[in-house]
Amino acid sequence: MRRFARLFHDLDATTRTAEKVRALVVYFSEAPAEDAAVALAMLSGKRQRRGVTTTLLRAWAAEAAGIPDWLLEESYAAVGDLAETIALVLPDAAVDAPSRGLAEMIAATIEPLAAADPAEKQRIVTATWQQLHRDERVVWHKLITGGFRVGVARTLVARALAEIAGVEPATMAHRLMGLSAITAEDYQKLLDADAAVDDPTRPYPFFLASPVDEAVASLGDVADWSAEWKWDGMRAQLIRRGDVRVLWTRGEELASDAFPELIAAAERLPEGCVLDGEVLAYDECELLGFAALSRRAGRRRVTAKVLREIPCVFVAYDLLEADGQDLREEPLHVRRARLAALGLPAFKETADRTEPTAPLDGVEEAPAPRLFFSPRVSADSWEALAEARATSRERGVEGLMLKRCESPYRVGRPRGDWWKWKVDPLEIDAVLLYAQAGHGRRASLHTDYTLGVWDGDLLVPAAKAYSGLTDAEIAEIDRIIRQTTRERHGPVRVVEPTLVFQLAFDGIAASKRHKSGIALRFPRIARWRREKQPAEAGRLEDLRALLPPSQQAERP
Amino acid sequence: MPTLPQRSTELEMPGTLEMSPAGLYCPAGGFHIDPWRAVPRAVITHAHADHARSGCGQYLCLSTGKRVLRERVGGSARIDTLRRGEQVRVGDVDLKLVPSGHILGAAQVCVTHRGVRWVVTGDYKLEADPTCDPFEPVETDVLVTESTFGLPIYRWGDPQDTADAINAWWRDSREAGRTCVLFAYALGKAQRLASMLDPSIGPIYAHGAVMKMVRAYRDSGVRLPPIDQLAPATRRAGGGRAMVIAPPSAAGSRWLKTFGETQVAMASGWMTIRGVRRRRGFDRGFILSDHADFPGLVQAVEASRARRVYVTHGSTASFARFLCERGIEASELSTRFHGEEGSDESDVDQPAADSDSPALPDEQADEEAVEETS
Repeated sequence: MRRFARLFHDLDATTRTAEKVRALVVYFSEAPAEDAAVALAMLSGKRQRRGVTTTLLRAWAAEAAGIPDWLLEESYAAVGDLAETIALVLPDAAVDAPSRGLAEMIAATIEPLAAADPAEKQRIVTATWQQLHRDERVVWHKLITGGFRVGVARTLVARALAEIAGVEPATMAHRLMGLSAITAEDYQKLLDADAAVDDPTRPYPFFLASPVDEAVASLGDVADWSAEWKWDGMRAQLIRRGDVRVLWTRGEELASDAFPELIAAAERLPEGCVLDGEVLAYDECELLGFAALSRRAGRRRVTAKVLREIPCVFVAYDLLEADGQDLREEPLHVRRARLAALGLPAFKETADRTEPTAPLDGVEEAPAPRLFFSPRVSADSWEALAEARATSRERGVEGLMLKRCESPYRVGRPRGDWWKWKVDPLEIDAVLLYAQAGHGRRASLHTDYTLGVWDGDLLVPAAKAYSGLTDAEIAEIDRIIRQTTRERHGPVRVVEPTLVFQLAFDGIAASKRHKSGIALRFPRIARWRREKQPAEAGRLEDLRALLPPSQQAERP
Repeated sequence: MPTLPQRSTELEMPGTLEMSPAGLYCPAGGFHIDPWRAVPRAVITHAHADHARSGCGQYLCLSTGKRVLRERVGGSARIDTLRRGEQVRVGDVDLKLVPSGHILGAAQVCVTHRGVRWVVTGDYKLEADPTCDPFEPVETDVLVTESTFGLPIYRWGDPQDTADAINAWWRDSREAGRTCVLFAYALGKAQRLASMLDPSIGPIYAHGAVMKMVRAYRDSGVRLPPIDQLAPATRRAGGGRAMVIAPPSAAGSRWLKTFGETQVAMASGWMTIRGVRRRRGFDRGFILSDHADFPGLVQAVEASRARRVYVTHGSTASFARFLCERGIEASELSTRFHGEEGSDESDVDQPAADSDSPALPDEQADEEAVEETS
């Protein structure tokens, strides 16, 4: 446990990737296989069981520390991390107890916790506190409350393990894909230099694009680039290998159960085939938007009603494996040609709605196609592509993807071959209404803002936004928030409406959940409009005017 | 639920101490304590900028603090001193200064008027510090205390462990050929840190602002290891093995860039919080403060046996409420003192977690936690 806490601390203490990798190499070289296997699962972001609720943990911690509950809560507001707050307030362990291994610790404390009654839980928790140092407690609290996350990219874990195993980082990244429960044997197999990748459900590491940050003309000859629409959906890999048909999200969640119609459609793919593409909510005529898709994506099981209301399709833009052969080293144009040869229909974001005709007796209706091919947006100049990109919003796409025709399918987010050229965001000026202290790096600074626009002569909340300001601006705004607080509701401060921000967002949809009747997509603060008065901020009707026509009709 | 004391701007028992536009004032003695404007007569707890302003007609401080106060208020200012515990009559009050353990020459101000004693702590710490006299508890009727670290998350470890960690970091950086840069307040913390360094590891350098105060400490008789000021030409030359002590304002400066490869660390009580460490982007954060931690504050208040407590800068509302619940009559007192440097870019008070009705929600996942595409 001490070794793992050390790793957590070291990863947290530095922003340099080389040092993170070094800390990982040190940990994985020294840790016994059973601990390393557990650590790897945690670093991969596998969800853990929750052994105890934070409510109980808070109460016991306040009792053990001899402080009132409210003081623990105020401490939490200053720290911004509950596991850390509790570790800090508890009295130090009385004796220098020998540290137990991570796997043993989980077996001895976390698993029994989930099954125990509250009195037994408290006994286990308070007894364990006596055996742990401050740094260990932080990690242990995160483990027992199911909130363990650590700021380390998967590629760095892969780099560290690759270094230990003596294989290429890309090879290790592939071996790590889709691992769920990792045993000590699995872990040792990972490190075996000659081990074959034999799990038929295993996806490939995703190749991610970077945002275009210069004029696209600087990318060179437009003929060297393949452009596609940047679909506003969920990135995924669809695998068909023998009887295995699975769908993986980019976050390596197995999403097969949420999209049964895609798994059914994958049966028609040829044997040994892996597609990279986008899951979209699409009702045969029209894109239903990201909000609709998120109603599908989070579910373990989908009801027939949701299936009917929000049908989904898979739009493939790359072919990673064909006939069981890994194609990732082939250039994009070769992979795309082979993808086209699968004969999937080209996807169109809108289609004419045809009148349904009654099926003839005895003739089965052909099922709607579920798998599509993402067509190339062809243009003979950058200007022509820019014109195409300008139509993105009306098409319901996020912009264009630019991929170098000669590019292999790489691992992670290396820059140079794949770019996302998103459409410029929408903007409105909005007024700060509520503020709340942030977490993590922004602990005890007010950085979570709720911004409002005018509806008549009232300011109504329109969006929550976090990023886009400099540290100096955040500090200055934090001071103003403290000085202009009008009311407090727990951690939330209601402020005098004095601060105006330019709010950028990627899209807008009607929403029944929000009082304003609208939900903004990826709202963020573009800049602080010091020169503007609240009265000059935008109006709700300006936002409503941006709604897609079909959703505007829904409003009374 | 206990009722919260009201925020007070005027102290009880008029005539002893009261709040004036220039700060704490003693009408019966005709002097201010740590005024934030120029006044005729100022009693100074210690020489940090938020407690010692220049331009006053006459200063009074502890004798050990005269040299550093001179650095702050200028060569021509009139500075009178009292020896530790020496009592003098000023107007209608008895006045004495007792060490507070904060930095060299830092004092608590004890004012007795018509048999009632007031103690203004200034800033203080209870831990041992080889560069200044230790804190001495004083029994009093009324106590005006700081509460910079008035939350129970702040509990300092043994300063020797911090010293060992800093020296170990220095050795590791030397192995990697990187210069260590340690950020600390130029007066007090910097000299305390210097006294904790092991000079056998490599040369110690200091920024000009720190060096000025190093000389003032040495002139006052404090022993410090050899420290050199860095000329531009020697910055890279000392590189790889050196430890450089600099004020936090030098972080990210061009001056710092002239060192080549560096490892930077901050030594402060605020480094307790992981989020603050990460936000400031230091390679390391060492927890070391010249202020009392939470148990230290409670201990000092209880040892004073005060029947009335006023809490100035820091987590004032929380600490006052905590004391009230323990049966000590306490309330907030608004001042312009800042507490410890290093909480953020500016030298303002660390925002206190001063929520009155805390009911925190669980950390919520973003509503739309679906992957962003591509």
